[in-house]
Amino acid sequence: MEILLAIMTGVLYAGGIYFILRRSLVKLIIGIVLLGNGVNLLIFLMGGLVKGKPPIIPEESHHLEGLYADPVPQALILTAIVISFGLQSFAIVLIKRAYKVVKTDDIDAMNKTDDIE
Amino acid sequence: MSEHLIILPIIVQAIIAVTLLFFWRKPKTQRVLSIVGSSIAVIIASMLFGTVWNQGTQVLQLGNWEAPFGISLVGDTLAAALVLLTSIVALVISIYSNTNMVSARVKFGYYAIFHFLIMGLSGAFLTGDIFNLYVWFEVIIISSFVLLTIGGRKIQIEGAVKYFTLNMLSSIVFLTGIAMLYGVTGSLNMAELSQIIPTIENKGIVQTISLVFMIGFGVKAGLFPLYLWLPASYHTPPAAVSALFGGLLTKVGVYALIRVFTLIFPLQGLNQDILMIIAGFTVFFGGIGALVQKDVIRVFSYLIICHIGFMIGGLSLFTEIALVGAVFYMFHDIIVKATLFMIGGVFFRMFGNTKLYNMGGLMNDYPRLSLLFAIPLFALVGIPPLSGFWPKLSLFGASYQMNSIFMLVVFIFASLITLIIIAKVWNNVFAKNARKTEKLEKLKYYDQFDLREKSAMIIPILMLVCVILYYSIFAEHIQLVAERIGNELMNSDQYVEAVFNLKDEAK
Repeated sequence: MEILLAIMTGVLYAGGIYFILRRSLVKLIIGIVLLGNGVNLLIFLMGGLVKGKPPIIPEESHHLEGLYADPVPQALILTAIVISFGLQSFAIVLIKRAYKVVKTDDIDAMNKTDDIE
Repeated sequence: MSEHLIILPIIVQAIIAVTLLFFWRKPKTQRVLSIVGSSIAVIIASMLFGTVWNQGTQVLQLGNWEAPFGISLVGDTLAAALVLLTSIVALVISIYSNTNMVSARVKFGYYAIFHFLIMGLSGAFLTGDIFNLYVWFEVIIISSFVLLTIGGRKIQIEGAVKYFTLNMLSSIVFLTGIAMLYGVTGSLNMAELSQIIPTIENKGIVQTISLVFMIGFGVKAGLFPLYLWLPASYHTPPAAVSALFGGLLTKVGVYALIRVFTLIFPLQGLNQDILMIIAGFTVFFGGIGALVQKDVIRVFSYLIICHIGFMIGGLSLFTEIALVGAVFYMFHDIIVKATLFMIGGVFFRMFGNTKLYNMGGLMNDYPRLSLLFAIPLFALVGIPPLSGFWPKLSLFGASYQMNSIFMLVVFIFASLITLIIIAKVWNNVFAKNARKTEKLEKLKYYDQFDLREKSAMIIPILMLVCVILYYSIFAEHIQLVAERIGNELMNSDQYVEAVFNLKDEAK
């Protein structure tokens, strides 16, 4: 399972970076979304995978014993997902506006801000 | 009460921002509320600074979860001083926005987002938890996206696309670093991390993680190969927003670098060499970039990059004196850069654009204003006794002590090229004879302003110039604060003790 997740994370990172390097605005956003998912998987993976051991203290004892699933990475992922959701929706509105005012989705055509006149 | 003081700078900004949302369609009320709220924030921030100064590092465990389990807010001297400076700059810019921000833009929620941004900045300075730092960074960037695009002119949208992409990328890199760090150490509390990291035997993975953080924060700070979003976007929004960004946003990146590379991964070996070389390149490319630009705002944008090199250079030397210099320089740079961008806004109202060749004759037309504008410009160069001079003493001294000829050359180059650039700006804007240019019909020029509008533009600049003069004349006060910060940064045990509340247990 770890190997599978690790490969998946790698694929998401590679795909994300490939899409960011393309010239189209839409692919830029797709790249960022892929990278965001890749990093969430990475947090999940780095937290350590434990199967079928919820972090709930049994009634008769006062602390957890043995291996148990770490709840912190899941809280982190939840936060990161919510944040990236907000940012991605902003990004989609932004590229729509950008397409309207610049009238192209070619990133190379967006060179007005770096002109030295 | 006093232990809750540390969270007040964050809460006050949140309350102001939410209150402003209720007055969405009433720009005038928003303007008044924003200034009143910012003044309260300055008072609270000075109280926090006073408490930290007198009683040492303040810590608040949120939700009363003990230190490594919950989120700690830690107000050491560096954080408290930066929160104070942030609130001062915020107050000044909320006054400046009176004239600079037209009501149409205010109706899109400019002031509310502005206060959310300040909330994010205060939170980023005060937090003691690395994941919480990520969350505050996201608060900062989402607010800054909105501020950057408010108004929606073509050039703004273009700049925002670049700004957005690189800042998102840096957040993802930062989050990757957090994931790896958590996998290796199992902790997110910065104080606990500083205890765990030295015990890890696999030094290679620690090195890798620290470099991931360096890249993530490097984008925010505008370090050498990663700065290109900055000059592409900072000249596009109205001057009030540029002033806020130029003064504070890159400094959060520098703050994060200073915090992470003193507390969690104390600089040594390869990291130190990399930072040193990066600082050199940052100064070089920032300086050369500023030299070729023909627009005054873009010149200032490149100067930000050039002077980030100063602070990172001070950090990379990693001695107490160098950190004192770096921190003092940061305090000076926050105020001066905010002033410069506000002056850029005044230039725009005087000449109709900010191209160097179109401007001129300011010294003849407005002699008193020229004198006012000269102070921050000369302070930036570091002409004694103005504020830029004093941190350079510490920085040059530290490079001598460390026998680092490279850093010495970098600092001298930075000072020299700043002098050349400011001389060029002075010649073009102040000394040269005025050019006859066609007046734009739509734009309201500076000489058409009434007294209230004029004073809303000039008084904020005057206030910050007073701060610069305070830095210059009472430099020993700032030096004292910076020395204490340098001491705290180099001896991170104090920070850890404060977070885990070890002092009280020892009693």
